[in-house]
Amino acid sequence: MRIAVPGAAREKTLAAAPAGDPRRYYPVGRWLVAPAFIYAIIVTQIPFLVTLYYSTFRWNLMRPDRKAYIGLENYKNLITSLWDASDPYAFRAAIVNSLIFTIGTVLFSLILGLIFAELVNYEFPGRNIVRTMLITPFLVMPVAGALGWKNLMMDPDFGVIDWLLRATGTGLSPVWLAHFPRQSIVIMLVWRWAPFMMLILLAGMQSIDEEVREAARVDGATRFQEFIGITLPHLNRYMQLGALLGSVYIVQETDAIFMTTQGGPGTLTTNLPYHVYEVAVRGSNIGLGAAIGVVTVILTFIAMTVLLRMLNTLLRGQYA
Amino acid sequence: MRKQRRGRANRERASAVWTVVAWIIGLIFFFPVLYIVLTGFKSESTAITLPPKLIFTPTFEQYREVISRGFTPFFRNSLIASLVSTLIVLILAVPAAYALALRPMRKWKDLLFFFISTKFLPPAGIIIPLYVIFRDLRLLNTLQGLILVYIAMNLPIAIWMLRSFFDEVPRDVLDAARVDGAGMFREMTQILLPMIGPGLVATAFLSIIFAWNEFFFAVNLVATNQAATVPLFMQKFITSEGLFWAKLCAASTMAIAPVVLLGWAAQRQLVRGLSMGAVK
Repeated sequence: MRIAVPGAAREKTLAAAPAGDPRRYYPVGRWLVAPAFIYAIIVTQIPFLVTLYYSTFRWNLMRPDRKAYIGLENYKNLITSLWDASDPYAFRAAIVNSLIFTIGTVLFSLILGLIFAELVNYEFPGRNIVRTMLITPFLVMPVAGALGWKNLMMDPDFGVIDWLLRATGTGLSPVWLAHFPRQSIVIMLVWRWAPFMMLILLAGMQSIDEEVREAARVDGATRFQEFIGITLPHLNRYMQLGALLGSVYIVQETDAIFMTTQGGPGTLTTNLPYHVYEVAVRGSNIGLGAAIGVVTVILTFIAMTVLLRMLNTLLRGQYA
Repeated sequence: MRKQRRGRANRERASAVWTVVAWIIGLIFFFPVLYIVLTGFKSESTAITLPPKLIFTPTFEQYREVISRGFTPFFRNSLIASLVSTLIVLILAVPAAYALALRPMRKWKDLLFFFISTKFLPPAGIIIPLYVIFRDLRLLNTLQGLILVYIAMNLPIAIWMLRSFFDEVPRDVLDAARVDGAGMFREMTQILLPMIGPGLVATAFLSIIFAWNEFFFAVNLVATNQAATVPLFMQKFITSEGLFWAKLCAASTMAIAPVVLLGWAAQRQLVRGLSMGAVK
């Protein structure tokens, strides 16, 4: 790719570089990127390599005398435990829960986000206030939001949800976090992530050519028909983007689990990142925890690869 | 062009029914936040009264109580951690984003994607070595340690977001700044930075929001109160005995207020940051 550079500055920079020289790409720029690049390498890439290294050890901080290099045995144990009915490392549970939380949250957040975006895409009295209210959950400190949900909303005795259920005569009063732990986590996560989806889809809706909409209206399309026929097809790419970005963030979720269920009851709400914390930090099992961390990274990486391909397409569209 | 379109879309009015639906859904979604804030101004006994009291005589007793329990140092730590990390993020990200907008080399896109990929490395994948390394470097339980991590956490978002703002600067202006050395620095601070000013502010806001709300690194790398941030103060409430909802909510309100306000102020730019500049 060649960048057309007008003006005198071009003469100056390119004078030093013969045609075809890679430095035609603005050599000083490398030095401007270098600090950020080096910083990112040191704080993210090197620790990850160390995680890989640790994962090849049997290493429990409580028993440093037993520390030993064991190669891929941690991984072997983890993978064979997937077929063990008793799930001795709670590894299968963590994978299953990660999938449930991520897919469940992304799916419901997308649906809600789509509804929200469609609602506030039109002018009505107080539209800005409604939009502001709808994005607020995303800004709320996750730890504080989770505590609010656990107590004010989901408490079986004093929570608003159970009070509503009793008051409306349904005769239901579940102990949310005990009876529906996974659903409760997904509810909290959807509350947080639906606004995110709304923002992305709203941006998508606002990029729709208004003339197409007008033409549809002239032809007598209802708002619903317009939504199905014009908005939805146009949003396809934005929905993919939201789903992929959302899953990369949501798969890392620990805050709500930390503050409400602590992974329980049993292992019902233990996802992969929370499991790493439990095994390595609370259980002092550095080797096994590192191996679970590596698996988490690999699974995230799979989602990421798809995402990057898509962002690349978006970028290419932008600068074509 | 985009503005024109939006302007026309704005003239499309929703019907009264849709207006009511939108307001109801907005209020339902907002209710947990509203209820947290309201409960913070109640007495402990009013806090657990059902049906929920929405009108009552407000009291500041819980706020006094929370502050006397030592909330202020946590708040100050959070403030320092998010502001200092954000400042350093900007110092690292502005030149990098500018250079990337100019395309410094053939593989500039790979470089851009390298930064985004660090964001997608789950914290769980690096937390164990960070803990061990920090322990050896005596960075555990320090704000400096947290700040180092938060810089890395927000750097990719800042670079992507700022680059998308630099991309909107007319090519000629961008290129005029391409003279080497002191001239470039002057061009950058006096011409380019003012042009991307709103973007710079939005980027800083987002970085502050994420650092302020961050919990996973904080809980793993900070065990003493000395460097503990607001989320760790909140965490202590899950171990406290009995029902102290009003106090919890007063603390929550103080914990969420700063960044909720920042987020409201930056809501137009929020989506750009969250989508790494892909959606504007």
